[in-house]
Amino acid sequence: MLLEYAAIALFIIVATAIGFIAIGLGNFFGPRSSTEIKAMPYESGMDPIGPGTRRLPVRFYLIAVLFILFDIEVVFFLPWAIVFRQLGWFGLVEMFIFIIILLVGYFYAWKKGALEWE
Amino acid sequence: MTQTDLLTLLPNILLVTWACILLLVDLFIPQRRKGMIALLAVFGLAVVMGIVLAQAGREMTAFNGMIVVDGFSVFLSVLFLATGILGIAIAYGYLKRMGIERGEYYTLMLFSISGMLLMAQAADLIVIFLGLELLSIPLYVLAAWARPRLESEEAGLKYFLLGAFATGFVVYGIAMTFGATGSTRLSEIVARVAGGEAVTTLLLIGAALLLVGFGFKVAAVPFHMWTPDVYQGAPTSVTGFMAVGAKAAGFAALLRIFVSAFPSLSVDLVPVLWGLAAVTMIGGNLIAIAQTDIKRMLAYSSIAHAGYILMAFVPYGNPKVAHDSVASALFYLVAYAITSFGAWAMVIALEKAEGKGLEINDYAGLGRKHPAMAAAMTVFMLSLTGIPPTLGLIGKLYLFRSVVEGGFIGLAIIGVLTSLISAYYYLRVVVVMYMRDGDPQVTSESWLNLTIGAAALATVVLSFVPAALFTLASDAVLKLF
Repeated sequence: MLLEYAAIALFIIVATAIGFIAIGLGNFFGPRSSTEIKAMPYESGMDPIGPGTRRLPVRFYLIAVLFILFDIEVVFFLPWAIVFRQLGWFGLVEMFIFIIILLVGYFYAWKKGALEWE
Repeated sequence: MTQTDLLTLLPNILLVTWACILLLVDLFIPQRRKGMIALLAVFGLAVVMGIVLAQAGREMTAFNGMIVVDGFSVFLSVLFLATGILGIAIAYGYLKRMGIERGEYYTLMLFSISGMLLMAQAADLIVIFLGLELLSIPLYVLAAWARPRLESEEAGLKYFLLGAFATGFVVYGIAMTFGATGSTRLSEIVARVAGGEAVTTLLLIGAALLLVGFGFKVAAVPFHMWTPDVYQGAPTSVTGFMAVGAKAAGFAALLRIFVSAFPSLSVDLVPVLWGLAAVTMIGGNLIAIAQTDIKRMLAYSSIAHAGYILMAFVPYGNPKVAHDSVASALFYLVAYAITSFGAWAMVIALEKAEGKGLEINDYAGLGRKHPAMAAAMTVFMLSLTGIPPTLGLIGKLYLFRSVVEGGFIGLAIIGVLTSLISAYYYLRVVVVMYMRDGDPQVTSESWLNLTIGAAALATVVLSFVPAALFTLASDAVLKLF
């Protein structure tokens, strides 16, 4: 049984080796010249402003949580839409219950002021 | 999904719906009247308890055997719901006094309790996992409830990180068990093992990982490191709820899994469980001696009690005593729940703002100034030690008896010796209360006093009629085997 995996193992070994060889060859033969401009962090050609680890307002976190709320909704919606006909009324009711639960959370966040930026 | 499915799950559905409704109702209640949510939450818990009791005596399975309602689940569900009501009773005045009253507190408790119910009813590893998460996530939030107090935030984060880590073990254990048997249904697992289709090594790894994961949840040594910090940092009302509810739920899942799915592994697991129980009893009791903070002391005491309950697992593979040992574990859970709730309520009564009033020395003079309170605390301390006439003693007697009958006399001796050690630190509180002079400030709140009084009364009175409670526990586990 293990032998079936030998091809995959070989593939992993060869792939890793090619990576190392390619980078190693470039390192070995290529010329190296480091200037100050080259060492700068890349910001689409602009001169970088401020430190790289800036603090983010905690609001982004709330937005991210709300995003996940509806992201998960889509994850459930797509398979449901595909088998919508087979599930019939049962599926429709279940999905409504699911949406209501989500809306409870959404409404709670809304009333708590999670959506207000100021 | 059929009608039976819905009826079986009715307590959970109602509880979660009620929690959602309360979450919305809370938005429209002004800050100074948040206590209303507490009353509504207690009302919901009482209704659900009525429905659970109506289900008693019936055997129901739902969702293709993923959920099962039997004596075991009913017994524990009632315990969890009672825990919830007591948890709200001790929190009601405390939150107001500490200025951390928010309506979501009670909502989160309801969600957590619905997770506990699910764990008691689960007959499938996936559902157990679901219940575990539903139970834990609200508790992570509750542990950090006293935000922005640093200790509380630390407790929340620590509990979250280590709890998530432990959950990882549980999931890995479930995966291994599934790999070994091809099913996550507990009954299926037994059938596959009996049919010789299971891969024993994988199954053993799975069982061990589950044991580690739940060992974290019930705070067994050596997976107990988070306990003292979290119990100390969390608001005391949360700690009381957590120490009783989360621990009982963890043991519920462990008992269900090991007794109904892994009886065949008992030969290999018994030494592990033996060691775990012994180390937990010794470690918890020894470290508790050095504590001067009452919350930390009770935290280590809760670790030690996890050890005593773990003793009941050691003879679980021996069909002659397994029934009695599981029943005595349930009995002990109830005894510990009542006593420990009383003790935590006492801590709340003496706690001041900013975490003052939590040293054991702050209890000095309580015997003279508040004799009733001191008497209640004495009852709790005696019960935790296991001195008559208290429920704690009877619980330990049942546990030791089943362990001895299972042929593990060495473990029983360790249990008795560690109980003796524990007398030192429990009785120290009593000594401080009666022998030293001091000026303790006690906050008197009707709900809190009621909880303390009821717990003290139950601890003493039930110890005179233990057979009735033990018969209940014994009937509850009949169908497990």
